Formats: sequence, structure tokens, C-alpha cells
Amino acid sequence: MLRGDARGRVPDWGGGHSGRSGRRRRRPCCRGDAGLSICRGFQTEKDSLRSLTVSTMIHSLFLINSSGDIFLEKHWKSVVSRSVCDYFFEAQERATEAENVPPVIPTPHHYLLSVYRHKIFFVAVIQTEVPPLFVIEFLHRVVDTFQDYFGVCSEPVIKDNVVVVYEVLEEMLDNGFPLATESNILKELIKPPTILRTVVNTITGSTNVGDQLPTGQLSVVPWRRTGVKYTNNEAYFDVIEEIDAIIDKSGSTITAEIQGVIDACVKLTGMPDLTLSFMNPRLLDDVSFHPCVRFKRWESERILSFIPPDGNFRLLSYHVSAQNLVAIPVYVKHNISFRDSSSLGRFEITVGPKQTMGKTIEGVTVTSQMPRGVLNMSLTPSQGTHTFDPVTKMLSWDVGKINPQKLPSLKGTMSLQAGASKPDENPTINLQFKIQQLAISGLKVNRLDMYGEKYKPFKGIKYMTKAGKFQVRT
Amino acid sequence: MSSNSFAYNEQSGGGEATELGQEATSTISPSGAFGLFSSDMKKNEDLKQMLESNKDSAKLDAMKRIVGMIAKGKNASELFPAVVKNVASKNIEIKKLVYVYLVRYAEEQQDLALLSISTFQRALKDPNQLIRASALRVLSSIRVPIIVPIMMLAIKEASADLSPYVRKNAAHAIQKLYSLDPEQKEMLIEIIEKLLKDKSTLVAGSVVMAFEEVCPDRIDLIHKNYRKLCNLLVDVEEWGQVVIIHMLTRYARTQFVSPWRQGDVLEDNEKDFYDSDEEQKEKADKRKRPYAMDPDHRLLIRNTKPLLQSRNAAVVMAVAQLYWHIAPKSEAGIISKSLVRLLRSSREVQYIVLQNIATMSIQRKGMFEPYLKSFYVRSTDATMIKILKLEILTNLANEANISTLLREFQTYVKSQDKQFAAATIQTIGRCATSITEVSDTCLNGLVCLLSNRDEIVVAESVVVIKKLLQMQPMQHGEIIKHMAKLLDSITVPVARASILWLIGENCERVPKIAPDVLRKTAKSFTSEDDLVKLQILNLGAKLYLTNSKQTKLLTQYILNLGKYDQNYDIRDRTRFIRQLIVPNEKSGALSKYAKKIFLAQKPAPLLESPFKDRDHFQLGTLSHTLNTKATGYLELSNWPEVAPDPSVRNVEVIELAKEWTPAGKAKKENPDKKFYSESEEEEDSSESSSDSESESGSESGEDEEDDRSGDSAEDSGESGSEPEAGKGRAATRSRARGRGDSKDVDKEKENSKTSESSSGESSSIEESSSDSESESESESESESRKVTKVSTPVFVPGKTHVLLHRMSGKGLAAHYFFPRQPCIFGDKMVSVQITLNNTTDQKIENIHVGGKKLPMGMQMHVFNPIESLEPAGSITVSMGIDFCDSTQTASFQLCTKDDCFSVNIQPPVGELLLPVAMSEKDFKKEQGMLSGMNETSTTIIAAPQNFASSVILQKIVNVANVGVVPSGQDNIHRFAAKTVHSGSLMLVTVELKEGSTAQLIINTEKTVIGSVLLRELKPVLSQG
Repeated sequence: MLRGDARGRVPDWGGGHSGRSGRRRRRPCCRGDAGLSICRGFQTEKDSLRSLTVSTMIHSLFLINSSGDIFLEKHWKSVVSRSVCDYFFEAQERATEAENVPPVIPTPHHYLLSVYRHKIFFVAVIQTEVPPLFVIEFLHRVVDTFQDYFGVCSEPVIKDNVVVVYEVLEEMLDNGFPLATESNILKELIKPPTILRTVVNTITGSTNVGDQLPTGQLSVVPWRRTGVKYTNNEAYFDVIEEIDAIIDKSGSTITAEIQGVIDACVKLTGMPDLTLSFMNPRLLDDVSFHPCVRFKRWESERILSFIPPDGNFRLLSYHVSAQNLVAIPVYVKHNISFRDSSSLGRFEITVGPKQTMGKTIEGVTVTSQMPRGVLNMSLTPSQGTHTFDPVTKMLSWDVGKINPQKLPSLKGTMSLQAGASKPDENPTINLQFKIQQLAISGLKVNRLDMYGEKYKPFKGIKYMTKAGKFQVRT
Repeated sequence: MSSNSFAYNEQSGGGEATELGQEATSTISPSGAFGLFSSDMKKNEDLKQMLESNKDSAKLDAMKRIVGMIAKGKNASELFPAVVKNVASKNIEIKKLVYVYLVRYAEEQQDLALLSISTFQRALKDPNQLIRASALRVLSSIRVPIIVPIMMLAIKEASADLSPYVRKNAAHAIQKLYSLDPEQKEMLIEIIEKLLKDKSTLVAGSVVMAFEEVCPDRIDLIHKNYRKLCNLLVDVEEWGQVVIIHMLTRYARTQFVSPWRQGDVLEDNEKDFYDSDEEQKEKADKRKRPYAMDPDHRLLIRNTKPLLQSRNAAVVMAVAQLYWHIAPKSEAGIISKSLVRLLRSSREVQYIVLQNIATMSIQRKGMFEPYLKSFYVRSTDATMIKILKLEILTNLANEANISTLLREFQTYVKSQDKQFAAATIQTIGRCATSITEVSDTCLNGLVCLLSNRDEIVVAESVVVIKKLLQMQPMQHGEIIKHMAKLLDSITVPVARASILWLIGENCERVPKIAPDVLRKTAKSFTSEDDLVKLQILNLGAKLYLTNSKQTKLLTQYILNLGKYDQNYDIRDRTRFIRQLIVPNEKSGALSKYAKKIFLAQKPAPLLESPFKDRDHFQLGTLSHTLNTKATGYLELSNWPEVAPDPSVRNVEVIELAKEWTPAGKAKKENPDKKFYSESEEEEDSSESSSDSESESGSESGEDEEDDRSGDSAEDSGESGSEPEAGKGRAATRSRARGRGDSKDVDKEKENSKTSESSSGESSSIEESSSDSESESESESESESRKVTKVSTPVFVPGKTHVLLHRMSGKGLAAHYFFPRQPCIFGDKMVSVQITLNNTTDQKIENIHVGGKKLPMGMQMHVFNPIESLEPAGSITVSMGIDFCDSTQTASFQLCTKDDCFSVNIQPPVGELLLPVAMSEKDFKKEQGMLSGMNETSTTIIAAPQNFASSVILQKIVNVANVGVVPSGQDNIHRFAAKTVHSGSLMLVTVELKEGSTAQLIINTEKTVIGSVLLRELKPVLSQG
């Protein structure tokens, strides 16, 4: 109570002390307070003093959860007061939705660059000109690393592993400049926590921190650690293609393109040198590689030749955009109508297979953001389950497999707000689906060879097609 | 009271104050009321105890909790003394966490932080490079001004560290020190200059970063490293790539001429239109002159292209902006595909990339037209992404695609995201003005939207229609009437104001409606928004002037209302209008012109892209994103009219000369060098060789001095320098000879040779052969010369080293070995034999040496390309490498027809020698001259059988290419050699002592090589 009083009387300029509630700072009474302006003035002076000297790339990092609490902060140089996040909170309030918060927010003395993932804002504070993508890409890399280390990246997990998080961040940035961002190297420097290791560490007193410079750092293959040993040597490649499409009302395709990736899980002993060749490499329109791929070889022979990192990694992502190459595997028949006079609307959709090359379409889900005027929906699906959230107006229908003999459909009525005029736009339908054992572009791996090591690895290739951003306008 | 002091604490602490409560508690009221705080204090007590315990696990736990506190932003500064004690902990994790703590709080507790410094100083000398590096990292992160000198010293040392990882950290430390104390700038620039020469890909990115922070204006430091940076770029880590590319973009804009053809500029720049005919002609002349791109400019453009394929969006963007800013316009097109690819990644990346595309698409529509559909909006996009996409679609709109686009826009207008729908309406307006063919269609469409149910849509349409009508002063009475009707229903102030303005402006075209509108609004005047009130006043004034009969009273009523309005803007405007339009005795000359003032022809507003003028910021920068100049933004300079001298980037000539100048004599010989390298190079080379011959041939110093000074006097007559210089030089020479230092002469020759290295290698080989001749000639005369006679190697070890493993060479295997023969390519080179094997089942064609990455001063004579190598065939070729008497690695690329493999040769120190035959007497005499600093020795302990003379001989010659000196004593073995490059003597003595020990002594001027050799010989001799 007393503490509360003290807070109430002292404007919260110095920022950041504390922590229990980051939101408190957002109370408007703190602004425009006489005390505040004095304090701000002081801070400005301090800041301008600092800006005399050159600063660094990424100054500080704040992790902010969806309720607006700063639950982790890390500074690579002088401490930047938490109050700098006020500008972020302001922008957040203005944006109403999390994903509309601008990624770059200027403040009088700093710039806030943020990414939003897993319901957490990662806010980097910088002071001088820097390519914004540099910072954004790095923040994404941080999130990827956390995910890699802890399996999931969420507030409780980060709080539980705060020491490892700190150690990792310390290695990833030096003075605001990225130092080690390859997951293979980081894992040698700081071992990810596992239950077994925690137990062992408690007993033996050993640590998670490696004391030798990872060999990869200095070698020509910085992405691979040395001395890798497996009893079962295996290399798996997943060719995953996502179809991005916009289908218009009448069912014709407005845009369609395929975004493909080849994700690999390679567990091979020693220093294997792999080559992967395709039956139809010309299909790949625009590619981007993991740094391990030898670019020259690709240019000249259209063969992927690389010494793989250890473990999971994305070997390649590609793009097939020529529209006639993109087969659309599903169609949606829809009949959604609102009538001006009545407070009831008709709703009916049917999903069916189109060009599937004889494969089954599974994992189908249909989601749609209904107009605000819709109060409730009473629908009956021929298969699967559906839900409608009357608050967010989100309809989702989990269809499952499509049986071509008996097409799944969802029919029923919508009850509309009485007296309100009919919504002028019909909702768009977003589709999710999966097709196993098929790369819709027709891409096929020809062969995978290994050089440099004597043993015979187990090799596997899997194909899958998924819906990416697949929208049907109604 | 208590709360006040609490507040005070918060201010003075300047941070993280939940825990600060403790202090307040302890000073003011230690009793009951502050239970919460005292428990906090207890917790810290308990942390202190844990830190002081001697169990590592307890310490670790404590540290982990403390780091947790730091992470939450709580204050843990009072634990500083307890924590800092553990800085020397053996447990590496504790140590790391202490580092984390130290870096966080050292600034606040400077005195205590100093306690930890000595630990880091010790760690800086640790054999483990990781520990050296992290010690430097932490030391440089402690922001305590007192330790600036220590940091400086540490950085200097680390920048010369053998480990590239440590050097990388040194580059980072430079920035930290600079921000701590900018006064150190000059010294730091020196270190940066040194590190820029570093060939490690690990260092390149970091040092360029340091360069950008400390001295971005010192573009001259880049010249010599430009080509190297371009070539290394692909192998640098991705973050470094971004920094280097941005720096090189700036560099290119200052060093090369514009690759954009004059014609392009003409299109962009309308000023040329007004140029007089003569100027035009001049321009045309200029244009005719073919533009040839500087090869260095081309190099940069070519070497960055593969990076467009990077998985890192920042790298792709960096390359894209490089192409945009420095590539010929015809080539910039290739970036669009990669940028469009980035649109698949996260929202934040899309945001930045779309902004940049928006700027680009204004200037060069064609680049992104093929990707038009990639910018179609999805209902799931974030609003800011939608609006940026819309912006790009507008920029790309043209006669051909406008109908498709308008259809697409129709969908967008109906979007549930009203902000987006409003933006779409604006867009339609812009399309209507830019593409005249569709302006009517657009206008009709917008008018249809006026009957939309959503008010925001209607309001936006009104505003846009207003702008469109203003631009087309035709008869649009119908539309205006329609809009006048809307006034009854619409409530959005901007829209109402727009309608009123429109009616006022066109009041003569709608003479019946306008007064009626005025009547209606006069009724609602008091409840209108300020914006609307102003327009009502305007409307009234305009009607008063055109139709005073009907509206006089109404207007006066409104003016009276406005007079007492709450808003002073409105009161002001009312007063102004009244004076202007209502004639009274006070009104001046202005009221005569009232009609002209109010009903003047207003210029139509220009609907243009908000990205229009963003292109003056470099793309991909923060400033571009914000559209304001960010702190520290560096302007991209315009292309120079005339390219600065491109030869500044020529590396070899300058650097070799510098490197080869013997350190002690550098100053003295500098004028010489210049002297030679000026005008008469050709003449000079022949001259210098004749010089040296005459020198070595003639016996009398006197004679020669005359000769030389005469000689140089002649020279100086030609080149215009003072005759004294020549004399002085001659004097130096004769003095040097007087000391009996024969090597000096060689060095002189080298210098002259270097300065003319452009004259080609063949000539230098000839010359060197003449050199060796002269050497052997002079042998008889000068005693000191005798000792350097090269003998045949005693033993040639057959050991081969792998140059290229067949696995990494795709079947091409290469081994090398040192044949220990004097090299035929140059007397300063070590000969290396390379055996190439083809292990594939196909012919390997065109095996040759590709790009060389040699440390400064090193030279390499490559083998002739091998046309083809049959399957299972093998071939041996020889090369010569001048290692400059160092064990630095010679890296080069071994290329076949299809591939290039990076390989390197690191010579064992023993192979940098050539055996020398000399007598025991000479040996002792030379040894006597090479004592003190030039002597290194060590004691060896080994089993007696290892000290048999044959064993020792065998072992030593196996390691080093030395000659045996016949010895008179059984217990002393002597070996002599000279270094290949500089010809310094290398004398090795093994003296057997009592009790299976021996003394190993090495005397040489080249102390570095001496000590390395000593280190290598020691284990060989000791082991059995």
C-alpha cells in the first residue's frame, strides 16, 4: 500500500525500476505532471551527453508480453531506462491490434525496432542509423535460437531459463554487433538445458558452458561442429511446398504461387560432403540457400553440394511463380447471402478436390472472419466439427480428410443484428490443407550422394504440399 | 516522510528500484512495517553468504539468482563486492555470470570494478583463445574511464594476436573504447588500419563496423583493402556482409564515375531541356564518348550478386540497395525477384522491404511490373502491410493494367478494415489523376461509393471527389448536387467541410442549391465542428459576393454567430471576412478585390505518393524507413564528375615496397625509393643492375664512391632532385659496406626491384640470377661473403603434406613436399613440389592456380596450367613461393575447369632455410657476432643413446634444411643455414653436457624464426 502511495506521488520518470507492473507507467497521470517534465529534462541532458559519444548497433533488448509487462531486459552498453518503452506502449495502444504495431518507432533519443512472435514483443533499442532489416533479422534469429534451445519460446519458458537466455544473448551480441548466431556454434558454447544434464550438473558440479572455442568459429565450415559421432547415420530431407493463392468469387485464380523449402535433419558422423540433385532443377525460379551450399556448383551444374550443419536446418527455400505451373488442388463452393429485410442470412460452403494427382487431401480447416453484424450462426457440418466465436466473429471448421465420393459441406443460417443494414462485404474464406507424398510443383529429388566419409548413411526424402496463404473471396 | 525518502532513493539510484526499498527501510524504519523489504534484504544477505561459501554449487546458484534479478531489471548493485571476488573463479560458468554482472554494474561502482582488472589482464595472456577473447570482451565492456590506457594496450596486443577470433574481438573493443573515450580516435584509427589489412573473413566484418563507427570519413584507408574486401565478401559471416556492403556502396559512390548513361539522366532531369543548343551539343559529345566501367566497380557488382541468394533478408536488402545505387540501370532489374521473395517472410521484414520497393517503384516502374500480382492484398495482412502494398500497386498502375487493378480495388473498398478501405479510395483518386483514360470511370465509381453504408468510406470518397473535381474544372453539377444532398446524412467533419467548400467554389454553377445549403448550415452552425464552421464562413462569404440579394442576411447572421464563437480561429476569420466583404467607411482598398480574393482560380492539389521524395535517403537505411535523418546517417555522395585515381587500389606495388624495406633503414632509404620510382623506371632497372655489378666487382671503396656520386649526379640532373641526395646515399652505402655487411647491397637491389615490379617477373628472375653470380664472384674478395655459400642439402625428407584431399577436391588430390633445392624461379623463393592425382574416372581438365591470397610481401611463382589429367593419372609440378622468412600461410585456389578449391601451404620453419657450408672457424666468428639478442637457447634432457652424433644429425636435418659444419669436438655439433628470403645466417649448435642433458643454441638475426626453430627442434631431440 505504502509502496503504491510512493509510486503515485513520484512520477515514473527514471523508469524502469521495477518491475512488477510495466503497465503502471502508462497511466496518463504520469505525463504532463510537473515533476515529470523536470525529470524528463534531466534525462534529456544525460541522453544528449551520451549521444556525444558514438553508440552501438543494438543497445538494449526488452521482452514485453501481451499484457504490457517488461519481463526481461538486457543491455549491451550503458543501461537504457525502461521508460523508453513508454513510446512503444503508446504505439501499441494506438494500433489496437498487436500486429499493427509499427516495427520501427522513433523516440527523441532512441529508435525502437521490434518483432512480434509467440505473443511476445522483442524490442531492440538502437541509437544511430543502422539498416533496420539488420536488427529485425537478428531479432528473429534470437527467437529462432530460443525455440531451438527450449523447444518453445514463451514467457514462462524464458523466465524459467533466464540464466541460459542471458548467456546465449551474451554470446550472440558483443557490443551490439552479432557475434555467434549459428545454432551449432552456440550449442557448443552454451549447452541447451536438458533434464539429464541438469541432474548431472547438480551432482558433478559441471556446467552448461563450454570452455573451448567452438572449432567451427575458425574453420571454413563455421556452421558445423567437429567431432560429430552417431551410431545411426541418417539424413532426412523434407520437401515442403506451400501454395499461396487468391481465388476470386467465381472460382478463378487471381494469383497463385508456390513457396517451397527443403528442410533437412542430418545426423552424420564426421565431415560428410553431400550432393543433392534434382530431376527438374529448372523448375526452381528463385532460390535462397543456407550458407553451406556451394553457390558456384549450383550456378554451373544445378546441383546442391554442401557440408551440412549438424542437426536440423533449412537447406534451401525456393519460389515457383509461373502461374500455369501452379495447380490448385481444392475448390470451394460457397453461397453466403445476407438479406436486407430479414435478420437471417444463408450460409453454405462445400469443399472439394480439384487437381490432386490422385492423392488425398487431409488436415483441411476452413476459417473465416465474419462481418461484425453477425450475431450467431447455426450450422450443421456433414463431417468434422465447427465453432463460431461470437466475440471475435471467427468461424472455424475442422474438416479433416476430403472424401471425393462424399464432399464435406457446412450449411445453416446466420442470425444478424436486428435493424442493422446488411454487411457490404462477404467474408473471405481461408483454407488450410495438407497433401502427403506430393510436391505440387512436380519437383523431384534425383539422388543424394555422400563423399568424404566411408560409412553408408540411411537416406530419406519426404514430400508434402500445404496451403500457405490460401484465400477464397466470396 | 518515508515515502519521500523512498522517492528520493528512486531518483538518485536512477534505476531498478524495487529492491532499493531496503535502503529506505534500514535507514528509516527497520521495524515491522516494512516486512516485505526486510525479507528482500534477508534474501540478499543470503545471496552474499552463498557467494562467500567455498562450494562452487552454492556460488553458482547465487549467481544464477542474481542474473535473474538483473534480467528482471531489479537492482542488485549492492552485491557488487561479494560478486566481484568471484571473478577469478575456476568454474567457468560462475566466471561468465560474474562477467555478466560486472558489465552491468561496473559503471556504477567504478572503484570496486578496478579490483577485477588484474584478473582480465592475466586472462589476456591465457593460451586458450576463447579465454583471451572473452577477457578482452569483458575488459572493454567495463565502462570505467580510468582503465582506458589498459584497454588501449590490450586492444593493441589483441589486434596482433594469432587467433583471428581474438582479433575479431579486438575490432569490437575498438568501438567500445571509442565510445568511452573519443580522444583515443587517432590511435584507434591506426589499429583499424592494421586490422583492415587482415585477411581473415572472421575479422573483416567487425573491423569494417569499427571503421564505420570511428572514422567513416577516412575513405583512404579502404583503397588498398578494397579488392580484398570484395573478394572476401562471399565468405564473410552474414552480419559482416551487411556492414561491408553498405560501406562499399558509399565507397563506390565517391570513387567511380556514374554508370548511368547520360540519356537516362536526361529523362530524369528536366533542367536539361532548357539548356542552350551549344550545351546540348557538348552533352551529345560527352554522350558519344563510350563509358567504360572501372574494373573495380565491376568487381564489386559481380561479387555481391550471389549474395542475393542469401537466406538473410538484411543481406539481400543490402545487395539490392547496392545495385540500386551503383549498378548500371539495366542491371538493377535482377534485384526485384529477390526482393519479392522476401515478401514471404515475417511481417516486420515485409514492412521494411515494401517501403523500399515503394520508393523504387516510383522511379523505375518497369522493375516491379512483372510482379504486380505479388502485391495483391490478402485479408489477413496487417493494415500497415496492406497500405504499403496499395502504395506500390498505385505506383505500378499504367494504361495496360489499370482495369485489372481497378477491379482489384473494388474488392478492397469493401474490406472490413475501414482504414484500408479509406486508403483504397485515396488510391483510386490518384489513379484517376495519373491515368487520364480512366479518370471518368474512377469518378463514377467514387460517386457510387457515396451511397455506401459506411460513413468512413463515404467521407473519404467525398474528400477524394473534391480533389478530383478541383482538377477538372468542367461541369459536374450533377455530382455537386448529389453531394449537397449528402450533407443531410453525413457527419464526418472532413467530408462535410469538403462538400461545403466544393459548393462555395462552384456556387455560380448551382445557384439554386447553394443558398439553401447555407440556410441549412446556418441553423446547425453552433453544433458543427470547427473545421466545418470555417467552411460555412467561407461559403457565406462567397455567396455574399456572388448572390448578395438572397444571402446577405444569412451571411450576416453567420458572421454574428462566428463573432462569439469559442474558438479564436473562428473569431479571427469572422472578423477578417467581415472587414473584407461588408462595405463600410473603414474598409480599405482591399474590399474592392474581395471577389478576386475569394473566388480566385485555385491550383489543383497534387495527389502524389508519400514515397515521392524518399529516394534522397539511401535505401535500406533507418532514415529511409522513418523518412527523417536518423542520428549518424551518412549521406550517399553524388557520383564524382571525374573518377579519382584508380591506382590507389593497386595493392602489390605499394605494399611490397613497404614490407621489404628493412625496418631500421626505412627512413634513410625512402628518398632513394622515390628517386627510383619517379620518371625513369626503365632506365633505372638496367642501371641498378649495372650498379650492383660494378659495386661487387670493384675493390676500392673510394673509387666506387666517386663513380656512384657521379652517377647519381647524372640521375638527379634528369629527375631534377638535389645532387646532395645522391651523395648522401652513396655515403650511406660505403659506410654500410665498411661494416662488412654485405646483405645491405642485396637489400638495396631489392628495393629497386620492387619499385619496378611492374616490369614483369621474367626480368626480375634474370636479374636475380645475375645477382647470385655477382655474389659468387665477390666470394673471393670479401671474407664475410664466403660463409653464405649454399651447399647441397644433407638430407631430403620424403614427407609429403596434403594440399587437397580427394574428397574435398571432388576427386582431385594434391600433395606437396619440399625438395630442398634452390628454387629456379627466384632466389628468394622456396621450391615446393606438388603432386596431383586424379582419382575420379573422368579426365580433369585445365588444372591451374586461381586467385592467390598471400600475406603482404609474399610472392608465388605458379606452375603452368595442366591441360588435362587422365583418370588415375598423376603429375608433379613445381612452384616457388617466397614466404618472406615467415611461417605465414600461402593461400591460393587450385582450379580445374569447373571448380576452384581453396588450399594453403604453411611451411615448416625448417624449410625456410638453405644449407650453408662453412668452416668451424667461420662458424665461431659468425656466432660471436650474433650473440646477445640474437641468441636463443634451451636445455634438452634425453636418453644417452639419443645423443649419438648420427642420431642428432639425422634428427636435425630431418626437421630443418641445414648444412653440417665439420666440428673438432665430439660433444659439439654445429649446423649452418641461411634463410631463403633475406639470407640471414641461422647457426644451430648442440652441445652435449654431463648426465644426458644437452644445450641447444640458435644464433640468428631473425630471432622470430630462430625461436620457432628452437621450439620445433627441442621435442624432436628430447624424444626417443
